[in-house]
Amino acid sequence: MSSVLYDELGPRGRRRVRVASAAAYVVIAVLVLVALDKLGDKGQLEARRWKNLGNTELLEFLAKGLWQNVKAAIVAMALALVLATFLALGRLSRARPVRWASGFVVETFRALPQLLFILAAAIVLPRYGYELPLFVYVVVGLTVYQGAVLAEIFRAGILSLDRGQSEAAYAVGLTYRQAMALVVVPQAVRRMLPSIVSQLVTLFKDTSLGYAIGYEEMVRRGRFASVQFGESLLQIALLVAVTFVLINMTLSRLARRLEQRQGSRYGGGTTTVAGVEDLTALDVSTTTGRP
Amino acid sequence: MDVVLEHLGDYATGLRTTLALSLVSFALALLLGFAVATMRVSPVAPLRAAGLAYVETFRNIPLTAFFALAVFGLPKVGIGFSTFFRFAVLVLGTYTGAFVAEAVRSGINTVAAGQAEAARSLGLTFGQTLWNVVLPQALRSVVQPIGSLFIALAKNSAIASAFAVVELTSTFDQLTEREAATLPLLVGTALAYLSITVPAGLLTGAVERRVAFKR
Repeated sequence: MSSVLYDELGPRGRRRVRVASAAAYVVIAVLVLVALDKLGDKGQLEARRWKNLGNTELLEFLAKGLWQNVKAAIVAMALALVLATFLALGRLSRARPVRWASGFVVETFRALPQLLFILAAAIVLPRYGYELPLFVYVVVGLTVYQGAVLAEIFRAGILSLDRGQSEAAYAVGLTYRQAMALVVVPQAVRRMLPSIVSQLVTLFKDTSLGYAIGYEEMVRRGRFASVQFGESLLQIALLVAVTFVLINMTLSRLARRLEQRQGSRYGGGTTTVAGVEDLTALDVSTTTGRP
Repeated sequence: MDVVLEHLGDYATGLRTTLALSLVSFALALLLGFAVATMRVSPVAPLRAAGLAYVETFRNIPLTAFFALAVFGLPKVGIGFSTFFRFAVLVLGTYTGAFVAEAVRSGINTVAAGQAEAARSLGLTFGQTLWNVVLPQALRSVVQPIGSLFIALAKNSAIASAFAVVELTSTFDQLTEREAATLPLLVGTALAYLSITVPAGLLTGAVERRVAFKR
């Protein structure tokens, strides 16, 4: 194992790394032991507390919560993709008012918390006579915010495309609309696929924000369950967290694989939004693949 | 918008808490992020593995689930804080730390290989190469991502409102229970958030322009 930061190690270096590794193992082992000791101290390792995790009734109750997350994620993603397409095309429109309005919406929405959108939907809509299921509020909140974020990803994808593509389309007589719909957008979407999948990870994580308005997704259901199974509160919370981590890790891996596949297909010129897009707020357009 | 002006005091309190929460958590995130990034590029295998485990775990956990785990779970093992604010700092800092670590690591990868090779041929050790030669150059290219992470953190701090921290979002929530005009209250809250995120974005841009250099 060598890297730019260190050479292939000589005998002394190897010895030093061995000592450091041993020390690191000791430190990690001590940390794990301290954690286990704390858990044991409070009786959290007792079998009766963990046994509940095998309770089919509990598992089914939680699984139904997870389905609420998945359902919200699927519907919101589909709607957000549509909204994002309009916003992205709006920002690239030739009519200045349209460009200006889409730009305003995208930039403001991306600078506000996702939770605020869900909360606002749940509070403001009923005031205007729209009493809807909590699911709808969650989906509306997610769609509006994620649509704005995805719009920037789309725009970056469209702009990353070689100008020759649209010029060639015009040259064969296509109109602006035809060129966009038949030539530019299909290629852009394919290029942005890894980023879109990464954004799906964020969206899936954010479905659990429904917790704040009482939507019965998995975290909220975990809370309910720990009322009934009070002794297993920590165990249930861990199960919920681990479930989310595993699902998101799988999705992230898929995104990375897509990215690599595109990397080999398009060479160095692919557009990828750097690895932190889940949290990227205002710079999606600046982190395109160009140096 | 009269209703907003009427409650300017409430907004100011909420804004102050959101700002304090974001800044303190960000300090923790930077500390953790740089430590973990160092671990992830070190020649010591167990440290690399531990760093990877940290990043993969906290990048993929929903903040809500993490908050629930910390706020309700930690007291069960005898770890408690006197205020919910501190729980929120712990959660937001640890979560964002994973993203900072990834940003720093990708910044390290952008530094030309010749820089590290030159440092090593002068006889610098791993630590010296990293801290005196590579990181100072890497920092310049991570100003933008780290600035974005602060903005994201400020936005994510809204989730603390669901866990008993009275910041901007919970101020909005509380005010809508007292007032009929919800839309102006929402606009007021949005403006308050923008008063953090927009200057943070501008500051990031200004710093980046100052430190930018041609490779």
